[in-house]
Amino acid sequence: MANIQKSDALLVKDYVSGDESALATLIKRHESKIYGFIYSKIADRDVSNDIFQDTFIKVIKTLKTSSYNEEGKFLPWIMRIAHNLIIDHFRKSKKMPLYRETEEFSIFSIMSDDSLTIENKIIADQVEIDIRKIIEELPADQKEVLVMRMYQDMSFKEISELTGVSINTALGRMRYALMNMRKIIDKHQIVLTN
Amino acid sequence: MEKNYSKALKITKRMKPDKEVVSFLLNYSKALKIMKIEGKVFEIIVN
Repeated sequence: MANIQKSDALLVKDYVSGDESALATLIKRHESKIYGFIYSKIADRDVSNDIFQDTFIKVIKTLKTSSYNEEGKFLPWIMRIAHNLIIDHFRKSKKMPLYRETEEFSIFSIMSDDSLTIENKIIADQVEIDIRKIIEELPADQKEVLVMRMYQDMSFKEISELTGVSINTALGRMRYALMNMRKIIDKHQIVLTN
Repeated sequence: MEKNYSKALKITKRMKPDKEVVSFLLNYSKALKIMKIEGKVFEIIVN
């Protein structure tokens, strides 16, 4: 009964001195405000219980290490801890978004299998073979630049250094290579689509 | 986040945490001993 009359500052002092019952009084006094505050942001009883528990674990550790400086602001201090833990919770849940199935939204609308079907794989392989054949038809200097650029992923600077021509010449050869490939495709009416 | 923060408050007056949570905290507090030795903090849980 005597504890009810005591201020937060005195109860904190008692608790730091080893009186465990002071913590029970502090929790009883403020649990409704703190839990209500957490629940108002989280709207989930279980998560709110977890955050309430984590809040007081931090409080207990801070008080037991005697690193809390009592300035008559015990409740605002706990509220600040709870607030920070709520922010942490939202940060974590943002990284792992939760999708709920509703009438308007189906999880399967955003889940798709991007891998090729066997038929599409065969077509893609055939397109690749056709392109290789077309490249073989190009003049050697154009073929060289195109292969370095498209298959070896080299920059035009690297190509110019390796082939001993200027960057502009390499660019020009690439341009002519593409133009000639288009001509061959048109001439033979090759279909290169998947 | 914005949606969660702007959600209408569903709380009824005097919401409280589960009794198990409070009980856990009180037991945890009793079991926890923190010692500072040469600037290092040691946490000991006494069962």
